[in-house]
Amino acid sequence: MKKSGAEILMESLKAQGVDTIFGYPGGAALPIYDALYDVDITHYLTRHEQGAAHAADGYARASGKPGVCLATSGPGATNLVTGIANAYMDSIPMVAFTGQVPTSLLGKDSFQEADITGITLPVTKHNYMVKDVNDLSKIVKEAFHIATTGRPGPVLVDIPKDVSSAVAAYEDPGPVLLPGYSPAFKPDPKQVSRAARAIAEAERPVIYAGGGVVSSGAHEELKELAETLLMPVATTLMGLGGFPGDHPLSVGMLGMHGSKYANYAISDCDLLIAVGVRFDDRVTGKLESFAPNAQVIHIDIDQAEIGKNVRVDFPVAGDVRLCLREIMKQLQPKVESAWNGTINKWKKEYPFSYVDNGRIKPQQVIQEICSATKGKARIATEVGQHQMWAAQYYTYSRPRSFISSGGLGTMGFGFPAAIGVQVACPGEAVFDIAGDGSFQMNIQELATVVNYKLPVKVAILNNGYLGMVRQWQELFYNRRYSYTEMSNPEFSKVAEAYGAVGIKITTPSEVRPAIEHALSVDEPVVMDFITDPEENVLPMVPPGEAINKMLG
Amino acid sequence: MRHTLAVLVENNPGVLARVAGLFSRRGFNIDSLAVGRTDNPTVSRMTIVVEGDARVLEQVNKQLHKLVDVIKISDITADEFVDRELVLIKVSVDPSLRGEVMQIADVFRARIVDLGKKTVTLECTGNDGKINAFEESLQSYGIKELVRTGKIAMQRGSRYTGFTERSQKMNTNQED
Repeated sequence: MKKSGAEILMESLKAQGVDTIFGYPGGAALPIYDALYDVDITHYLTRHEQGAAHAADGYARASGKPGVCLATSGPGATNLVTGIANAYMDSIPMVAFTGQVPTSLLGKDSFQEADITGITLPVTKHNYMVKDVNDLSKIVKEAFHIATTGRPGPVLVDIPKDVSSAVAAYEDPGPVLLPGYSPAFKPDPKQVSRAARAIAEAERPVIYAGGGVVSSGAHEELKELAETLLMPVATTLMGLGGFPGDHPLSVGMLGMHGSKYANYAISDCDLLIAVGVRFDDRVTGKLESFAPNAQVIHIDIDQAEIGKNVRVDFPVAGDVRLCLREIMKQLQPKVESAWNGTINKWKKEYPFSYVDNGRIKPQQVIQEICSATKGKARIATEVGQHQMWAAQYYTYSRPRSFISSGGLGTMGFGFPAAIGVQVACPGEAVFDIAGDGSFQMNIQELATVVNYKLPVKVAILNNGYLGMVRQWQELFYNRRYSYTEMSNPEFSKVAEAYGAVGIKITTPSEVRPAIEHALSVDEPVVMDFITDPEENVLPMVPPGEAINKMLG
Repeated sequence: MRHTLAVLVENNPGVLARVAGLFSRRGFNIDSLAVGRTDNPTVSRMTIVVEGDARVLEQVNKQLHKLVDVIKISDITADEFVDRELVLIKVSVDPSLRGEVMQIADVFRARIVDLGKKTVTLECTGNDGKINAFEESLQSYGIKELVRTGKIAMQRGSRYTGFTERSQKMNTNQED
């Protein structure tokens, strides 16, 4: 039976198990939207295409399934770009579909035409423009295959309007055959043996675990490795939850705003076991001083990451979960050593702390959210100080519970991402921990959460500043607060205007009751916590400094 | 050090942009890049000359490998290979000096491919050393226009960088 390109697209999506799409309609996507009207795929209408991309991203991070977003050509497509770049930097499986002007109008600067495949070339794992309706099902299958295998990432499929309108027969495209694409999965046994020997011989090993642990589902293997050899585990921002934050071997996050004990452990270790990480500058600080006395094992699915930023002594290329399993086979349990004693001493000596001065402290808000939710909520964040406090003061005990923009640092990510998380995890408590600046970057998505009755809880740590930028201005620009002070609306009233619950919290004693109330209602809630305006995120490694040289 | 890479890519639209974009985005220094299709119409071959140390080369290799359209990369620098470049040079020559230019062409085994009233256009092939010398020897006559193809290269003897069943990386190793 003949079908339109748009109907073929729907068939192809269903063949991939897609039941959820986040999107925004427009002229060039009309045939696709028309076909969506008749299928059992739930489409969430966001209020901005960027919201759709971030929601798809949040959905993918929480569920482990690829996130799908859809927009029209031109401005619709370009509005997706930040969301796509965000997913690319954090290796999130996403497939973005864009409508495009008809092929006869391509290249003529037609109304709402943008070269979206050209624009997204550097921020997608791969992208396609479908020129022939007969290629559509094959391309969709390839897109999902590429997005979800190997190192995951976003793939964009651009579909001209005449292609989605054209008629053809839907055929199962058969197995994916891409001669240039073969994600390596199984590690080389020699690499595994060398790494295992180095681990067995190390006296002061530290595991440095990142987002790759979460995306490959290697959290159980990581825990087994750490427990068998009693090795301390530091995680990156992306790795939070990949190892239980309340585990005795956890030293929390490392890097610019990591724990002192994590950074001391890295600086003093003799073996660094880097698992699913990419040695980002926010983690390493001054490269020459990063783990200066250590040999480095680097386990990663992406060979290009191995040796990209630091010298690696023992590369292990492959899927992190399989690599850890193979390495484990060659290792014997160890007993507690002096190194464990040193780490525990540091943990006692240098805990996270803040000064209580009678105002609402952002750290207190995060701690209260953690305690009220018993550490079981899914926490999405925007980007800035609140993000770092959310990383430091909430204890993440399971993977996919911390949803944050790591690589790109996208303000405005958290709220739409929380929408995707709530869609993926109905019935769970989902928070967006936000700053007053970040929240206003996608505040319009309040309409979406109200529209779909998604009970996302937004906790704004409102200090009236672009807090992290202000902190840098305080520390490095002589307190010249150039354009970082913000006058804000009454967020609680904005929430109410959209039909959500709004609460303004001005004193420390109101913090816990507000959170409890938010959790007790099955509706979207915006909590506006008026916090100490000049609180800083500490400890902090000044940019370009060694990570054991921390302020605070 | 300069490296010569033979890169087999799928003959898809946008592949050149992907490869060139990768080089510029990552700050890799391309000396030359020549591309054309192979005997298999679905496969193109790029000869990329890139400048950099071993670390840069490793990254170039690995990053190129990540492109879905890239099938195979061979660094043939250490192998025996033949390389050629084609140049077309248009020189302003007074008819009285044409003889001299033709002599130079003879020395370099170049050919005159066009004659104008006051110009001569020559073609010459060879490795970049020869092409550079040829260009230099014509400099004094006044070069009006010059175009070089960039280097293409091929290993000597029985070694080759072809598209074979072995180089086709099938997606069969993804399961546990």
